[in-house]
Amino acid sequence: MDFDFTEKEQAFRAEVKQFIADNLPPPEQRGEDFEKHWHAKLIEKKWIGFSWPKEYGGGGGTLIEQFILKEEMSKALAPDLGSDFMGLTWVGPALIRHGTEEQKKEFLPDLLNCRSSWCTGYSEPDVGSDLGSLKLRAVRDGDDYVINGSKIWTTRAHVARYIFLTVRTNPEAQSRYSGISVLLTPMNTPGIEVRPIVNIVGQHHFNQVFFTDVRVPVSARLGAEGEGWKVVMGALANERSGISESTGMERHLEKLKELARNSQKGGKPALQDAEVRRKLARFETQISAMRLNGLRNLTKQIKGAQPSSETSVNKLLRGILEIPMADLAMSLLGNEASGMGEWQFDALNFHGTVIGGGSPNIQRNIIAERVLGLPKD
Amino acid sequence: MDFGFSEEQDLLRAQVRKFLEDQCPLEQVRQIAAGDEGYCPRLWGQLAELGWLGLTLPEEFGGLGLSWVDLVVILEETGRSLFPSPLLSTLLAATVIDQHGTAEQRQRWLPALIDGSSIATVALLDEQDYLVPQAIQLQGAAGDGGYRLSGEKRFVQDATAADLFLVAFRTGPGDDDLGLALVPRQAQGVSVADTEGWDRTKRSGVLTLDAVQVDADQLLGAAMLGAPAIASIIDYGALAVSAEAIGVCEGILNLTSQYALDREQFGSPIGRYQGVKHPLAEIYVDIECMKSLVYYAAWALEAQPDDAPAAIAKAKAYAAERTCNAGVAGVQLHGAIGYTDEYDMQLFMKRSKWSRATYGDEDFHYDRVAGYGGI
Ligand SMILES: Cc1cc2nc3c(=O)[nH]c(=O)nc-3n(C[C@H](O)[C@H](O)[C@H](O)COP(=O)(O)OP(=O)(O)OC[C@H]3O[C@@H](n4cnc5c(N)ncnc54)[C@H](O)[C@@H]3O)c2cc1C
Repeated sequence: MDFDFTEKEQAFRAEVKQFIADNLPPPEQRGEDFEKHWHAKLIEKKWIGFSWPKEYGGGGGTLIEQFILKEEMSKALAPDLGSDFMGLTWVGPALIRHGTEEQKKEFLPDLLNCRSSWCTGYSEPDVGSDLGSLKLRAVRDGDDYVINGSKIWTTRAHVARYIFLTVRTNPEAQSRYSGISVLLTPMNTPGIEVRPIVNIVGQHHFNQVFFTDVRVPVSARLGAEGEGWKVVMGALANERSGISESTGMERHLEKLKELARNSQKGGKPALQDAEVRRKLARFETQISAMRLNGLRNLTKQIKGAQPSSETSVNKLLRGILEIPMADLAMSLLGNEASGMGEWQFDALNFHGTVIGGGSPNIQRNIIAERVLGLPKD
Repeated sequence: MDFGFSEEQDLLRAQVRKFLEDQCPLEQVRQIAAGDEGYCPRLWGQLAELGWLGLTLPEEFGGLGLSWVDLVVILEETGRSLFPSPLLSTLLAATVIDQHGTAEQRQRWLPALIDGSSIATVALLDEQDYLVPQAIQLQGAAGDGGYRLSGEKRFVQDATAADLFLVAFRTGPGDDDLGLALVPRQAQGVSVADTEGWDRTKRSGVLTLDAVQVDADQLLGAAMLGAPAIASIIDYGALAVSAEAIGVCEGILNLTSQYALDREQFGSPIGRYQGVKHPLAEIYVDIECMKSLVYYAAWALEAQPDDAPAAIAKAKAYAAERTCNAGVAGVQLHGAIGYTDEYDMQLFMKRSKWSRATYGDEDFHYDRVAGYGGI
């Protein structure tokens, strides 16, 4: 057990900090094309996909260095590393693990250079938590699959170039999990239609996507036919660990403390209120635990393990923390809580992040069934 | 950066677990708990032979010179098996003597504490639920080059087993005028009474001092240790209890998960129902968090001392609150059998409540976390 960073890692942290000091303007001074310039610089440093293998254009950094990079960027309120969170967090790793050489060459460099963007097609109108029951049908026709059906809640489908698409290739397969395949599908393929869905905060992020006789070559399949479930399980573990990195939660907490410092409760500073103090201390403790859980998982990965059910722990923690954090903020805001602001926005928006990637109940099921060995319900 | 145990530590864990499974299964725990001594002298001797009593203490006194991370490995296992012994008390007392004692005091006491011939404990508290150095009331009357102590210390862990007490007292009128006296059980004016409690696997008692003379060489280290030294004892205690609490929760989770697989109602194992399986998943999440917080705190104790108090406060706050929750859930998920004396769940439930209060509950430690976190 050793939480110290090596000299090389410390030097890397110093390099990241220096880079940020030299290149990252404070949030209020970031103009229209800030992200474009910022990404160009990150690409040059090979800091996007920093821990990916060099042979595919990655930076060849260690997982720890990548962790340091993300931590410093988050502290400095930098945007996500790269413009394509989904592509970089789970599509890329799935390609590296299951892709053919051609697929890796086709997709990975664009991902690293911010020239592509991905969306993810899992959910369907009748298929949510029970992803194994997905129906979107892909029928083999010569060297093509022909796809018919619909996906829903597809985040960024209206801007993405590709969709990481789960389809049913064999409805008669012995187990429902063995009839699923993944197709890497360009969104401009004829027969794909995207309809916007407006979310609880009035924004357009997700969509329903319709597929009518959409033809995709067999070479677009990731992994063997009927082995898509394995690909998806790995991708979901990466998604869960990606969306529950503690850095984001640490930012929320700092913001919440700041709000508490500037708030009154019953005519007195809110920070003199024992209940407020203990709630904040509890959040701080749980978020510390999340950070350390993440480092423990990282250690396992460094020793060769693939991310798996343990990622549900932090996903669940994030799910059960965010809404109460926003709730405390709302209570500190008093009557202003019914106005419009950052926390009011979060208090609504967190209802989406808690469900995306699998609801808390589903994370509890995963832990109970896959880790504790209890029967499926 | 490596957040994992070494091969040696994994081996140590396997060795401790096997020893406790073989030598002190729960039937044995019950027997010891029903006895007067509260521990088994034969097993105590074996712990000493295995080197575990001196795990973190210097080799020159017979210890192994290992770290608190290694100690955590042992404590997780003693918690998991509810092993009744004065291990925690003796370790704490020995740690304090090692850190603050003079060369003579260390030479005099540490070898005996490490080879098992002596058992020690710390006597800090006068008042219930007021776990800060400033709350120490016992006033020493200066005289004869030392002090005379009269009063009562409550909540003294393993009081009846101990032959040496580290007694906290006031050396003067100032807030910071605090000292620790090394008081042998046989000293004139010392008496000890067991306090009856529900969890007989953990003993506590009252130490009464009636004009006990403490000579200069019985004052630990410098005559005046001050509040920070006392506060660090509370931290060591909190960390040790949190480490044991991990094991307690694991014991609860194992017992209850197995029961949920075996017990059938409505035509299937009750572990199929989410009202049963979800609380179990949450105990698992809590165990993961407790491990992360405790391991980091144990590492920080030696490698990052400035960060240790905050890290320990977080670990104990979380452990206090969630271990208690695990105990409640564990009993409830067993139905009526969980409420019986015969079934083992009750032993874990009682321990979970002990783990909450001892060395500070969640309110106490969350208030500290707030302070350290600039809240
Ligand atoms: C902001 C956001 C972005 C999203 N982005 C995408 C995306 O890009 N691509 C994509 O494919 N999907 C996306 N989703 C969909 C998301 O994956 C699903 O919403 C999620 O898996 C739950 O499915 P559902 O909404 O159909 O709810 P359901 O599965 O119908 O669940 C409804 C309720 O029942 C509970 N429930 C269901 N089954 C069980 C069970 N067995 N035990 C206990 N409780 C249960 C759930 O917890 C939930 O509270 C997104 C969702 C959100 C909110």
